[in-house]
Amino acid sequence: MKTVRVIPCLDVDDGRVVKGVNFVGLRDAGDPVELAAAYDRQGADEIVFYDITASAHGRDTIIELARHTAEEVFVPFTIGGGIRSVDDARALLRAGADKVSVNSAAVVRPELVREIADEFGSQCVVVSVDAKANDASSGETTSWNVYVKGGREDTGIDALGWVRRVVELGAGEIVLNSMDADGTKAGFDLELTRAVVDAVEIPVVASGGVGTLQHLVDGALIANADAVLAASIFHFGEHTIADAKRALLDAGVAVRPPTA
Amino acid sequence: MNGDRPLVAVLDYGIGNLRSAQKALERAGADARLTADAGLIAGAAGVVLPGVGHFGTCMHQLRATGLEQPALDAIESGRPFLGICVGMQMLFEASEEAPGVPGMGVMPGIVRLLPDGIVRPQMQWNRLDVQRPDCPLLAGLTDGAWMYFVHSYAPDTDDCFVAATCDYPTPITAVTERGRLWATQFHPEKSGDAGKRLAQNFLAAVRADQCRR
Repeated sequence: MKTVRVIPCLDVDDGRVVKGVNFVGLRDAGDPVELAAAYDRQGADEIVFYDITASAHGRDTIIELARHTAEEVFVPFTIGGGIRSVDDARALLRAGADKVSVNSAAVVRPELVREIADEFGSQCVVVSVDAKANDASSGETTSWNVYVKGGREDTGIDALGWVRRVVELGAGEIVLNSMDADGTKAGFDLELTRAVVDAVEIPVVASGGVGTLQHLVDGALIANADAVLAASIFHFGEHTIADAKRALLDAGVAVRPPTA
Repeated sequence: MNGDRPLVAVLDYGIGNLRSAQKALERAGADARLTADAGLIAGAAGVVLPGVGHFGTCMHQLRATGLEQPALDAIESGRPFLGICVGMQMLFEASEEAPGVPGMGVMPGIVRLLPDGIVRPQMQWNRLDVQRPDCPLLAGLTDGAWMYFVHSYAPDTDDCFVAATCDYPTPITAVTERGRLWATQFHPEKSGDAGKRLAQNFLAAVRADQCRR
């Protein structure tokens, strides 16, 4: 049986959650570990931390976050952001992270995916892909390119070709973030997501654009994503993880039942 | 007498995330140590063999760190032993993931690639279909408990050793039992409250075994 995972994503800067998090019952709404533990209690299937720290001591801070999270959270968690080497990955995995997510460093040097997979196994290598639709003349099918630098820079690399390549290199999962949908709250880019799901055999996590619970359902049912990732609809207390699970169950999508 | 917090050795043979397994056992009441010390393993009341990644890499690392023999000795002694994920797979004779690399061979059978036409790896939560409700590891978990799986291979073994399966979409070996040698294809340390219960069940078996000795 395929069950769809619901994954909240936390942006972390220097050990603190970016942007306010409006959650009932938290002592410290800026503490990523406390927030992750709250999501765990609500029935989150996994947690993703995206580290945007730019400071020099940032690696130590994020490793410390992995260590604390492993003590408080008993579902799998992934850390992405700033991982450029096998050593970076090793430090996070040894500290307790289950997976590491690489993005632009893999675009610059695709062998990084193979190196981490060879050392620790494909199951812990997530490749995060920022994709944006190319302008198409009428009649042409849509194509998407891989972007880096938060969607500002077009690499010229075809997104579907890229995901197939990283699978060959040993990626165990794709987190697919649509640069067109990101921040719109208008829903996932379903056409892109479906195209990537069809292009690879490994799990694909849909990301970018979730504004309503129906968007999560669409990602699972229309795009056939293996997991749905969202940030703001959970952080600001609009919906709990349990709400999301109930919406998916009501729509006929198999999920691990909500716990709260 | 250290029955209060029994010593459980979590074998540290230098692969990825072993810390979560140690933490989960501590939370269940064990004095859990990540260790590569054969003496400590020989004196432990229970032993856990975690494992993630590639079967061949894990077998190689287990042998390179000299921990295969202490693990085999622990199993031979009849003390409670728990293999997790690739730590389960290594108990078998071989794996299609690494042809030519012998496994530990304490469980009969071969670890085989999951069938074509499904998403591989199975990286998701799935329900246990319990085949052996009397399995002590599964006490309180017989009603379709949800566990977290990450794997592309699974053991193909005699039905008499299979305590639970999951459906993906054919029955996949999820828990095996041979005396006090248990193994799970899923990660109890990542399976929330259900996984916590399983860790507690293992600890209960460790305590019961201590009393028998």
